[in-house]
Amino acid sequence: MSPVETAETAPEPLSKIELPAHLGGGGEIPTFDITLRVRRYDPEFSEESKWEDFTMTMYGTDRVLDALHKVKWEQDGSLSFRRSCAHGVCGSDAMRINGRNRLACKTLLKDLDTTKPITVEALKGLPVEKDLIVDMEPFFQSYREIMPFLINRSHEPSKERLQSAEERARFDDTTKCILCAACTSSCPVFWTDGQYFGPAAIVNAHRFIFDSRDDAGDMRLEILNDKEGVWRCRTTFNCTEACPRGIQVTQAIAEVKQAILARQV
Amino acid sequence: MQVHKYDVIIVGAGGAGMRAAIESGQRARTAVLTKLYPTRSHTGAAQGGMCAALANVEEDNWEWHTFDTVKGGDYLVDQDAAEVMAKEAIDAVIDLEKMGLPFNRTPEGRIDQRRFGGHTRDHGKAPVRRSCYAADRTGHMILQTLYQNCVKHNVEFYNEYYVLDLLTVEEDATREDGTPYKQKRIAGVVSYDLATGELHVFQAKSVILATGGAGKVFKTTSNAHTLTGDGMGIAFRKGIPLEDMEFFQFHPTGLAGLGILLSEAARGEGAILRNSEGERFMERYAPTIKDLAPRDIVARSMANEVREGRGCGPNKDYVLLDLTHLEPAHIDAKLPDITEFARTYLGVEPYTEPVPVFPTAHYAMGGVPTNIATEVLQDNDTIIPGLYAAGEVACVSVHGSNRLGTNSLLDINVFGKRAGVAAAEYAKGAEFIDLPANPEADTQALLDHVRTSDGGEKVAAIRKDLQNTMDANMQVFRTAESIDRVLADIATFEERYSRITVQDKGKRFNLDLLEAVELGFLLELAKVMTVAALHRQESRGGHYREDFPDRDDEKFMKHSMAYKDAAVTSESSEEHIAGIRLGTKPVVVTRYQPMVRKY
Repeated sequence: MSPVETAETAPEPLSKIELPAHLGGGGEIPTFDITLRVRRYDPEFSEESKWEDFTMTMYGTDRVLDALHKVKWEQDGSLSFRRSCAHGVCGSDAMRINGRNRLACKTLLKDLDTTKPITVEALKGLPVEKDLIVDMEPFFQSYREIMPFLINRSHEPSKERLQSAEERARFDDTTKCILCAACTSSCPVFWTDGQYFGPAAIVNAHRFIFDSRDDAGDMRLEILNDKEGVWRCRTTFNCTEACPRGIQVTQAIAEVKQAILARQV
Repeated sequence: MQVHKYDVIIVGAGGAGMRAAIESGQRARTAVLTKLYPTRSHTGAAQGGMCAALANVEEDNWEWHTFDTVKGGDYLVDQDAAEVMAKEAIDAVIDLEKMGLPFNRTPEGRIDQRRFGGHTRDHGKAPVRRSCYAADRTGHMILQTLYQNCVKHNVEFYNEYYVLDLLTVEEDATREDGTPYKQKRIAGVVSYDLATGELHVFQAKSVILATGGAGKVFKTTSNAHTLTGDGMGIAFRKGIPLEDMEFFQFHPTGLAGLGILLSEAARGEGAILRNSEGERFMERYAPTIKDLAPRDIVARSMANEVREGRGCGPNKDYVLLDLTHLEPAHIDAKLPDITEFARTYLGVEPYTEPVPVFPTAHYAMGGVPTNIATEVLQDNDTIIPGLYAAGEVACVSVHGSNRLGTNSLLDINVFGKRAGVAAAEYAKGAEFIDLPANPEADTQALLDHVRTSDGGEKVAAIRKDLQNTMDANMQVFRTAESIDRVLADIATFEERYSRITVQDKGKRFNLDLLEAVELGFLLELAKVMTVAALHRQESRGGHYREDFPDRDDEKFMKHSMAYKDAAVTSESSEEHIAGIRLGTKPVVVTRYQPMVRKY
């Protein structure tokens, strides 16, 4: 890695500086009206799903999650969706927003076209339980099958195992995964073939296959060489576009494919 | 209703719960009940690192870490517990590395370490590089690594099971000096399955509470929507005390107006705070370690700058976190996530513009009292056999009146592991305790009330009012007057809460119903925090009373212990306020006598 300035080598920052006039993004926050069009489904009351519109006034810093909360807290308490951290790290609130898989807490309303209704529906390819809640079990089942844990068969040192910064960087991108299922449920192959491992499971396999400390890469490659494995991928890049963490998912899948081929040579 | 039987039940699947599960699952029949999916837990939001005196990059030792923790907590830390944590920190980090955690590395391939607030070389001489980290997503890596290892060890999870009651029994017992008392014992828990709306009773020999914090009592918070203090609430309702609840940490650098956390690691990597005059104001408040002073001091300094008119922005209500003097490559390598938060949520480019920040409610120092073996206490020194607690829900107390940054990721690993081992070992030699008759009756009654009550009050409206008054009156500056205002407000909220209406009448995924139940916990805990804050007429760590601005060791160097006591009325003496009885517990002092806290 190229040497960068660190806290230890950087010069002490100035005690006082001239600040830019606008002081870092301040200013009046605009408001606007939106229509949120949500696909509702509750099999306890009806087997049919239906679109329902909610209108409200929102602020410039609000996210789709804020709009969902406004509905739930002020208009219709039965609207059901998962959420927790509300800033894009827990992976609870992946859903289809205007036809694209995104995290509701990371999608700012001002970045959408607010002149038209904003459509919100459950992830595709996983069984819908109620409104925006899907059954995540098939997704986690695929994840568990790729053995998502470090397997190291060498003698355990008393201190940490050594790993160079370059070795660590090799799999950095795929360690970012938050298991939100946005990628897997955006994949056309997964929609038609629920048996396909899907991008998220492959990303998590990648994270270990390319970890210099791991000794089970061959086993994982064998699993992913299965007919429901990496070869089902048609490189449509939906997964990469859907990933709220910016992981280069399609590239990770390609690297796993190459590793399988290289091993067979 | 279904009844399940396990040796060990772990409530919560964040860092503490899963660290416990890895130990317990290999020793005894264990199940983890969690209101979320495990990887949604808020441990994953922690950013900056986990301190341990590995001395990989410069001289360090666990004794210095212990001292920093004690001084950082303004001498309310139980020093035996801090010593355990600082010593076991080193193995805790190595354990995680062996489990696969991808720490950042030094050029030699060792675990890299960086600076963090309040962590110093040789008792305060200068900042020290002690925090082991993985970019600015250390908590994410810990949560993922622990979940991965739970998968490896086939740990059994019940996802989206809300634990709403502890099943305890009381037995007549006699103390060594002959006085009789009621000994509590744990028999299991009652849980609500979100998917079906059914109640499940779990009988267990050991129960570990690992439910995390209660930040949602405040409006501006770094905490997840789901951090509603359920574990503290159910314990408190069963007569178990809550310790040091007046101490709540406000993290200095929340994104202004949003509360989203920007790690202290930013300052550890060289970022500084500036006021509207462009001044690095921390030079005035903490001349030696400046922006790397502990969080309580930095948060108060920021609030004071704003109060004195040196805030920034159109309403002059925040200060600025300045990273513009750092190399973009350095920022990308060490702080990628938090800089993206600034871009995503405020539209600010941290390479070139300072980021608006203001303190955000972050961490409960207090909680369910335990000893260093993680056994829950029913009073100052009587344990409840089989009941354990670890992590933010617990108060052991390693954080005293102010937690140092990184010590929570450490706490969950050290004490989570201890709890897992202890609970499993206890279960091996223990018998199941008979469940009380109709074990689910109380929970069923609570849910029936919430479901059928039709007074028209909205849960969200009461919650919003609670959060507003807590932000206005119980934040970094407090007075008797502001605290009294909150108590009066809470009394009205309790009355309104008795008249709520829940709209969703269904059985499946009824989060409307559960938000109402969670509000009950929030109200209860806010009241405990407020009563304890009123009683503590001094300023210490995260609790700052403008009417009592000094620390008063003679009167108050002791833990507060709050008990729910329905017999107590609001007109009672100062130890008995609003249905809460307050007691005290001595602080364990081993090697450090209290000194003036300067940085």
